[in-house]
Amino acid sequence: MNLHRAHVLVCAGAGCVSSGCLSTMQALTDEIAKLGLDREIKVIETGCIGTCDLGPVIVVYPEGVFYRNVTTDDAREIAHEHLLKGRTISRLLYRNPLTSQLVQTYGEMEFFNRQIRIALRNTGVINPEVIEEYIAREGYEALARVLTTMSPEQVIAIITASGLRGRGGAGFPTGKKWNFTCTAQSEEKYVVCNADEGDPGAFMDRSILEGDPHTIIEAMSIAGYTVGASKGYVYVRAEYPLAVKRLQLALDQARRYGFLGDNIFGTNFSFDIMIRVGAGAFVCGEETALLASIEGRRGEPRPRPPYPAVKGLWGKPTLINNVETFANICPIILYGAEWYSRIGTEKSKGTKVFAVAGNINNTGLVEVPMGMTLRQIVFDVCGGIPGGKEFKAAQTGGPSGGCLTKVQLDVAMEYEALVAEGSMMGSGGLIVMDEDACMVDMARFFLDFTQDESCGKCTPCRIGTKRMLEILDRMTKGEGRVGDIEALYGLAENIRETSLCGLGQSAPNPVLSMIKHFRSEYEAHIREKRCPAGVCQALISYNIIAGKCRGCGLCARVCPTSAVSGKPKEVYRILREKCVNCGACLEKCPFGAIVRS
Amino acid sequence: MKTVEDLRRLREEVRNMTRLREGEAEVRIVVGMGTCGIAAGARETLNTFVSEIAERGLANVVVTQTGCVGLCEREPVVEVNAGDGRTLYGRVTPEKARRILLSHVMGGTVIEEWVTRN
Repeated sequence: MNLHRAHVLVCAGAGCVSSGCLSTMQALTDEIAKLGLDREIKVIETGCIGTCDLGPVIVVYPEGVFYRNVTTDDAREIAHEHLLKGRTISRLLYRNPLTSQLVQTYGEMEFFNRQIRIALRNTGVINPEVIEEYIAREGYEALARVLTTMSPEQVIAIITASGLRGRGGAGFPTGKKWNFTCTAQSEEKYVVCNADEGDPGAFMDRSILEGDPHTIIEAMSIAGYTVGASKGYVYVRAEYPLAVKRLQLALDQARRYGFLGDNIFGTNFSFDIMIRVGAGAFVCGEETALLASIEGRRGEPRPRPPYPAVKGLWGKPTLINNVETFANICPIILYGAEWYSRIGTEKSKGTKVFAVAGNINNTGLVEVPMGMTLRQIVFDVCGGIPGGKEFKAAQTGGPSGGCLTKVQLDVAMEYEALVAEGSMMGSGGLIVMDEDACMVDMARFFLDFTQDESCGKCTPCRIGTKRMLEILDRMTKGEGRVGDIEALYGLAENIRETSLCGLGQSAPNPVLSMIKHFRSEYEAHIREKRCPAGVCQALISYNIIAGKCRGCGLCARVCPTSAVSGKPKEVYRILREKCVNCGACLEKCPFGAIVRS
Repeated sequence: MKTVEDLRRLREEVRNMTRLREGEAEVRIVVGMGTCGIAAGARETLNTFVSEIAERGLANVVVTQTGCVGLCEREPVVEVNAGDGRTLYGRVTPEKARRILLSHVMGGTVIEEWVTRN
């Protein structure tokens, strides 16, 4: 086999694809060929590396030099300078946002060296479209070991002892779930992978499917053997076309090699996996709605019990696990329960992948040990808040979770501690807000999402969330009334108690936690018709301070609606009736004479 | 793929596909590839290292390159980073490269007469 002296990894996660990595890669490949280096240097398209705001990203091995925001011209320069002449291009290196220092290699970046990558161990390292690269990194070894040397009970014992819990949100012990499905009596059983990732901002499941699809296939096969199923389904949303494509390719390759199909590894275990593409309804991430959707029915939840482990797909016992949960299975089999349970906290073992977004320097995917504090994730791993602004809050658990404030920065990110703080782990979405965020507007945003995604089957969720949203809408428009907060509490209580599924039961959470921590902001909106953060358009106005205005007239020139009047060298004035509160004048005023209130 | 042995045999075959990315290398050979190095034939030297390593299946050796180190008259300059520290060789032709690989990298014996000091 031809051995290459250098591997150039081009991140081709969906984030980098949208920032243009494919043309960057093309330019790089062409230039390498032009320089006659194509037999020495291999260009590899890989899954999400995790630094999504820095895309397109290129990593050159064996040195591990990390280049960010690489354009097609930059790619040609990398071929000439780095690959041919061995000179690192400083201009394209990453700069630590806190220390402003250039960072040479992948391993020296705080963003990476504080992570422990188990679920993401291959994502961003291998080419997801080449099964041999997966095999080179111990791929399918766990399946081989399970099928030829272990009984289902032994597998369950290892998974249980590892302490792994469901990564989809609720954190149910995985070993227990496997055991329930295993002991259910039936001729036919199913294994389902829930890849209907719906939380706004969370994209770890997509990245795993795009970057390491074989680990899901392998883990589902292990699960199939353990619970006694011969068929599996991956339910993935249609908005993830790249994930569907790579998974399909991986399934074909696995069948060709005999990792799927009849008599795998010469045993009498047979297993195959199908893809079911969902239409992207949030409620279909709820397991009973998901099963209904696979069966071809409308994606609506039903009351539990019976749980899917007893009565699932087509009435048969069914094991449902989330993508990230499955991604932890093979390493646990290979390295043992003891190794896995050493990572994390007493009740939350292993690692968790967080999708960090919002007002933060390094947005992207990070996998850290359970129990790392919010402060460490935000400030150490992700480089803090941009623009020297203050941290205000972080939303965990997406639209079903709650917010954590500045005084809760030292909370350990694990299942129990987050619940105790009035939030939840959820699927690992982490949205960071700085001092400019309005907590009424944020609550309205999340409720708008859940209200829109309510399937409409049960009344409290369908109508209750609508009424709550109307109240929040009024508040942001300056039409809040005394008693609104109490009305929100009352509605929230009813919706939580009486909704059919998790979507409704958790929909009021963001509103409740934001009122709890930022009640004064809500009261300012209601009583003073004022938005302290200056976000709600209807509640803000711009004024020119006479003493500071030098009469330069810049504000009048940038105003898109001609709402600023005055003569040069005299004090200018903003006409309330014409002003649309866009803030253009405030940004441009060189004397700081314009204020928002 | 019929048996576990088949899988392990295949893994051995494809093992080198990803090893370069795992930072496991015990020996690192750095070839000077500045303009001076290239003019002196560093590309042939580098390619010799790469193909010899591939042929012998040396999984723990990587070859990288660097720019001009300021020893232009002694190019191609090759640095071997191994368990015994850093050794700098000057005027490394493809033939010398082959010998360095055999004697130093695989055998652990530095070829003193070609070592250059800066």
